[in-house]
Amino acid sequence: MIRNLRSMLLMAAAMPLLAGCAMGPTRDDPFEPFNRAMYAVHEPIDTHVVRPFIDAYAKYTPAPLRIAISNFFNNIDDLFSAINDGLQGKRDKFGNDMGRVTINSGLGLGGLIDIASQIGVERGNEDFGQTFGVWGLDQGPYLFIPLFGPTTVRDGSGWIVRLYLGPAGYIPDVPTRNVIYGIGAIDARYQAQDAVSFVDEAALDRYAFIRRAYLQRRLYQVYDGNVPPQKKEDE
Amino acid sequence: MSNTQRLSQAVLLAAAFFATAALAQETPDALVKRVSQDVLETARSDPKVQAGDQARIHDVVEAKLAPHFDFSHMTALAMGRNWRAATPEQQQQLTTEFKALLVRTYSGALSRYRDEKIEYKPFTASPSATDVTVKTLVVKSGGGAPVPIDYSLEKTAAGWKAYDIIVGGVSLVTNYRDEFNAQVKSGGVDGLIKTLKAKNG
Repeated sequence: MIRNLRSMLLMAAAMPLLAGCAMGPTRDDPFEPFNRAMYAVHEPIDTHVVRPFIDAYAKYTPAPLRIAISNFFNNIDDLFSAINDGLQGKRDKFGNDMGRVTINSGLGLGGLIDIASQIGVERGNEDFGQTFGVWGLDQGPYLFIPLFGPTTVRDGSGWIVRLYLGPAGYIPDVPTRNVIYGIGAIDARYQAQDAVSFVDEAALDRYAFIRRAYLQRRLYQVYDGNVPPQKKEDE
Repeated sequence: MSNTQRLSQAVLLAAAFFATAALAQETPDALVKRVSQDVLETARSDPKVQAGDQARIHDVVEAKLAPHFDFSHMTALAMGRNWRAATPEQQQQLTTEFKALLVRTYSGALSRYRDEKIEYKPFTASPSATDVTVKTLVVKSGGGAPVPIDYSLEKTAAGWKAYDIIVGGVSLVTNYRDEFNAQVKSGGVDGLIKTLKAKNG
């Protein structure tokens, strides 16, 4: 099993190198042929399995429950946003995000109600990938991971740090932990539903459209909305 | 030509003149506000739009929104340096097809619109500016993340015209650049026109 896994990883690592010779990869996406293969795996599963499931989730769960679930996971994200505000030295945002977590965890019943947004404290939306960016790390190669979606070496590393830190990982009961991960994944995909529909309507080549949108979005986030003009030209 | 006819012509001309003058004076942020309120008001009140009638939604977008966009400018930006390689005829075709795609895409987004509210950020450009960004924030009622939507507008002889929409930092025009470039590389400008036509089908 372990040996199988290792050879699979080796293959996965070698494939982009081999395939890279066949097609002209771009600077942002040196592993494009490999990523496209991964996207080809992802797309039918997402369209025929994940999307009907998410549609059913939207249809059959009452809106207040869905909102409470989103709020619960957003509250955890806000805590990590605060940590990243700290790592980036953004004091005001740190205060905002910590304030949000405190208010929503207490008055908001453990994060189920987003009282902070109702009183106008905006979410910081920082994460480890952005922190690495602020520290001066480039995105590195773009990656498309089936079921997970678009990312890059830098942002993916951020995700690994995030998953390692938890907090779901600290739940000792494995089934409970898996249910939490599962609901979190459903919620994340549910929140992305409109964007996915938009890509279907807008894109000539969904893979390329998603890639450019992802990279634009992340650049914007790293600069908190004020991307220097020469960086924009770079793209 | 009778005097009455002449008079009515003069009145028409004057009316047209004042309408244009008013249009030219409208600030870009006021324009964005007026047009988006108008479109959303229709989306909220029109029973056919509410029922998800795609043809009707399409008509609303075409009539109320499209006149305020400079589609040829948008197409040129999305094409990048390939724009100059295209003949005037090809440019015309590209603009027609790209416009159709954008109108349809926007119609799709509008049909998913429920009861989001739009906040208009303070507008800071100087009165003499000819290229401005109007910032808005779309706040969803259902607890979803608010989405910043910025409009890039340029002053033209026919008033302010939008040439890009930036949603959460994603420029629509920039987003098409890779795709257009790849299509032109593999199939030439005509290949891109063909792909756009097929998509609009």
